[in-house]
Amino acid sequence: MTGVATGKGLEVRGLNKSFGGLVVARDISLRLAPGDRKALIGPNGAGKSTFTNLITGVLQPSSGTLTFDGRDIRPLSEAGRVKAGIARTFQITNLFKTMTVRDNLRLPILERLGRTARGFRRADRDAAVEAEVDALLTQFRLADMGGRVVSQLAYGQQRLVEMAMALALKPRVLILDEPAAGVPSSESPLIAEAIAALPQDLAVLIIEHDMNLVFKVANRIIVLVAGAILTEGTPAEISADPRVRDLYLGAHHG
Amino acid sequence: MRDITGFALMVLAAIVTFYAFPYSLAFTTRVVIMMIFVLSIDLIQGYTGIATLGQAAMYGSGAYAAGLFAVHVSQAPLLGLAVGALAGGGIAFVSSLVLMRAEGLTQLMLTIAVAEVLREVANKFSAFTGGSDGLSGISPAPILGIWDFDFVGKVGYIYAVAVLLAVMVFLKVLTSSPFGLALQGIKDSPARMRAIGTPVMRRRIAAYTISGVIAGIAGALAAQSTALVSLSVYDFQLSAEAIIMLILGGTGRLWGALIGTAIFMSVHEVAASVDPFNWLFIIGALVLAVVYAVPQGLLGLPAELRRLVRRPQ
Repeated sequence: MTGVATGKGLEVRGLNKSFGGLVVARDISLRLAPGDRKALIGPNGAGKSTFTNLITGVLQPSSGTLTFDGRDIRPLSEAGRVKAGIARTFQITNLFKTMTVRDNLRLPILERLGRTARGFRRADRDAAVEAEVDALLTQFRLADMGGRVVSQLAYGQQRLVEMAMALALKPRVLILDEPAAGVPSSESPLIAEAIAALPQDLAVLIIEHDMNLVFKVANRIIVLVAGAILTEGTPAEISADPRVRDLYLGAHHG
Repeated sequence: MRDITGFALMVLAAIVTFYAFPYSLAFTTRVVIMMIFVLSIDLIQGYTGIATLGQAAMYGSGAYAAGLFAVHVSQAPLLGLAVGALAGGGIAFVSSLVLMRAEGLTQLMLTIAVAEVLREVANKFSAFTGGSDGLSGISPAPILGIWDFDFVGKVGYIYAVAVLLAVMVFLKVLTSSPFGLALQGIKDSPARMRAIGTPVMRRRIAAYTISGVIAGIAGALAAQSTALVSLSVYDFQLSAEAIIMLILGGTGRLWGALIGTAIFMSVHEVAASVDPFNWLFIIGALVLAVVYAVPQGLLGLPAELRRLVRRPQ
């Protein structure tokens, strides 16, 4: 249903990456179309983070193509790909830790508006920007936290700021790198809720260990093993696949 | 509001100093110039997280450029400042193309290397720069053709304070702007800045160049107020001491640069006159005490004291 070849969205074809003799991505192909909620799962060392880095431009692929709305994005820098509409969050919370929550949200908004080269006028006095910050705070239930320095927030809330920052870029493709990593299970529903509330037309790829979360929010699951795609299917198909049970789910649900 | 209070206190302190130490204006002018220099370091070290021990490269180039300009072209002070600013900014821009590709300790070492290379260049072209004898023949004309430099140094002091105020206002505006916020973002997490689409390298180069312009202005002021430029403008010690002053006062808050410089240089002056051999011990003890008791620098002292007072309850 999302596989129609309209050329819309992010398309990865035959992606390979090796460091010397070590192959970390092997012939990976996948599509992310507007509205998709796909999850990428796999055991530790399967190459999930490498895959994120290849898409976002931290690493360059050894071979294969990367197109976004039909346009080759391989020549684009990290910043260039963000401007094109691909945003990410980090597995290990990567916030501006000495700043307030508001400043953490202001920066991506200002950057999206192309204003961070501007050396005059206060950064915190633009009504449109402030309104957007307020909207994000409300959406992620952080309305009371705006003035706090992010390092004082509970970890689950920091994960929400992490996501809000990426959303502030108004991306069309969002890669969530283990959004619930390190979050106590009591706060994990907050994350699921936040993902469910993401804009409908956004294409989302969730890289996650927490199977409960994956089954709750994704409608397609891709299983990555040793740098290659083992299988792709609906949550029902994946949980019924004996290879997946052996390889991955067994360890958690056995 | 806080900033207005800060500026008012700053002007007040400058006026009190002017009348309280009428015979030490050469020294107080040096303090003011040093404040400008330390501010230039705060922009890159305190706000952007760029490690440096070679800020003297820009200070020295500003001093030589202003000196040579005075000797060969024009003795007009403000023109000299502009030339010094240009030289500092130019050196900073060119060297940043290499420096900003490095990080941490490598970056630190490279900044030292740039200053040392420039010192050698100045030494090699001694016919032009005066080499180890220094460059003389600087004799600033009246400022804007109106205020002539007097031998007590009254005009020189007021001139330096005016430049410091201008630099301070400029940096206040810059650091509260979106650009300033982006610099703090780069300090906190360059990886995150790249992930929100910021060209981190370009922002770092811009910050380093602006910082170089300010350091160049400080150097030019020094050349004009002492009427001499020697090879010591490129000294490692100058860069290192400036960092200590910054840490003493508190980094990343501008006011800390001013307080740290004033205290460091005053203690230095007094201690060196009391005991010319062991004054370094006093400075060392002071820095140790501050770093140990108030890691935020002296600017963090009120907050630290409040915390101490509140603790018993």
